[in-house]
Amino acid sequence: MIDTNRIIGDWIEPQSRILDLGCGDGSLLQDLTVRHNIHGYGLEIDPASINQCIANGINVIQHDLNTGLANFADSSFDTVLMTQTLQVLRYPHLVLDEMLRIGQQCIVTFPNFGHWRTRGFLAVKGRMPVTKQLAYQWYDTPNIHFFTYKDFEALCAERGISIVNRTFIGGRASDLGLDKIWPNLFAHTAVYHLAK
Amino acid sequence: MAIDLHTNNTGTALNKSVVTFDAPLNLACGVVLSEYELVFETYGSLNSERTNSILICHALSGDHHAAGLDANGKIGWWDHYIGPGKAIDTNHFFVVCPNNIGSCFGSSGPSTTNLETGKPWGVDFPSLEVSDWVASQKQLMEHLEIDCWSAVIGGSLGGMQAMHWAVAHPQKLKHAVVIAASLRLSAQNIAFNEIARRAIESDINFKQGNFLDYQTSPTQGLALARMIGHMTYLSNDALGQKFGRLVRSGDLDGAEKELVEFEVSSYLNYQGDKFATRFDANSYILITKMLDYFDLTQDHQNNAVDAFKQAQCKFLVVAFSSDWRFSPSCSEEITDALVSADKDVSYLRIESNQGHDAFLLPNEHYEKGLGQYLQRVTQTLIGAQS
Repeated sequence: MIDTNRIIGDWIEPQSRILDLGCGDGSLLQDLTVRHNIHGYGLEIDPASINQCIANGINVIQHDLNTGLANFADSSFDTVLMTQTLQVLRYPHLVLDEMLRIGQQCIVTFPNFGHWRTRGFLAVKGRMPVTKQLAYQWYDTPNIHFFTYKDFEALCAERGISIVNRTFIGGRASDLGLDKIWPNLFAHTAVYHLAK
Repeated sequence: MAIDLHTNNTGTALNKSVVTFDAPLNLACGVVLSEYELVFETYGSLNSERTNSILICHALSGDHHAAGLDANGKIGWWDHYIGPGKAIDTNHFFVVCPNNIGSCFGSSGPSTTNLETGKPWGVDFPSLEVSDWVASQKQLMEHLEIDCWSAVIGGSLGGMQAMHWAVAHPQKLKHAVVIAASLRLSAQNIAFNEIARRAIESDINFKQGNFLDYQTSPTQGLALARMIGHMTYLSNDALGQKFGRLVRSGDLDGAEKELVEFEVSSYLNYQGDKFATRFDANSYILITKMLDYFDLTQDHQNNAVDAFKQAQCKFLVVAFSSDWRFSPSCSEEITDALVSADKDVSYLRIESNQGHDAFLLPNEHYEKGLGQYLQRVTQTLIGAQS
């Protein structure tokens, strides 16, 4: 997660207006505020996470992303962020469109289902993967879409979303540089910088 | 200034005071109130820097008695949220709650004496707007030698006052907490207020508002007005859970159904009658009209974003899921405008089946959210001192 924060920090402008969709306890926004002096707002649905945001002094707005983002004006933010949330949304592609309408640019992170552990889990055990990134049983998981970074890029191409930058995070595989050579096997998390 | 001090079993010590202002108050309607009185209570103590004060703004039927027990043993209307260790923590904050002018609990209003005539004001009490309440609260603030409120907090009409403070006196508050409020009333809201006013005016004892001269009161009309209002503060769910179709007397299976009294009917009649003994009919008309007139955006080309651009404080906006008087969409309109105006704002949409009244009632998420927000305010106070 700290890796992701650093990467996101490199892709945003200091003092910019940032909207974080599914901001959790607000730690990313807090980090970006401290390090880059951004003016941020988080959207969150979970009451306990919302209270943590408030305790941390982060602007948080209780909002269900599945009800849409029509209340936000076109280009009203410099950057719209969404970390590890795309896979839980009812219509991820529509939310991506909305993010690009609201923000000048977007940054999205998601778990890569093509990682060798998930592939191995399904291939060897013949059961749906339960890993550190996807730590739920099939029946109670909030993650309702499983996709690889290649699937994501295909979606971007289909919807005319341009990929400004991308990076992969692969845990120990990163040390060997494997996530750069075979990202779809060795990246557990993908980080994308998107524009219209 | 008269002061009486009570410490009581809710743990909240209260000071009750009355202050007379002889500086003229220029009302929005053009009338100048040359002299007026405000009754107010305070809880907790003002720090030496005079920076830890919170103003509580009451709603339509509220008064200055927000917390603790008064001399008659009556508990304050927001006691659950104001007191030592509570969400509005009087161990840290000096909390001020006035009864606003035009109301009927001791501050100048239709039932108090007009010094020019020596008779009660009655219907002649000037028409008021939210800005007038805020202006009088500002005079109280100056009287207490407070330069800037740590927070201005209010629910319903109280939330409208908090927003008006933020826009009209941006330097005078650090935080505005706007609970179950709206930028303006909807046609449906105004319609309910109109029904309530007509109920009062139709009472034979109303006497065109001069009922005090006849030593009477339009209690039937006022009770009916309250019964209508009260229903709009509750949700169908909450009523269903509390009363359902329970009968208080009579038998629904019996032959004489006309003897049946439903529990909900008994409750509502009781609430109406109780209210009619404690509230002034002219005040009810005056304050419901004040609600109807309120529009935060009226001096800003109907643009809430432009209005909020004036504000310098941070905001907490709270709504309740089953509130249909000022529904969550009203609070979301406020929040969206604040985000567009680039103001710091957090918004809580509290799950509750208690309707509009939820802002007065215990609720864990609400209590924690408000408490944590104000704890953060306390930390900035301590930070500023060190």
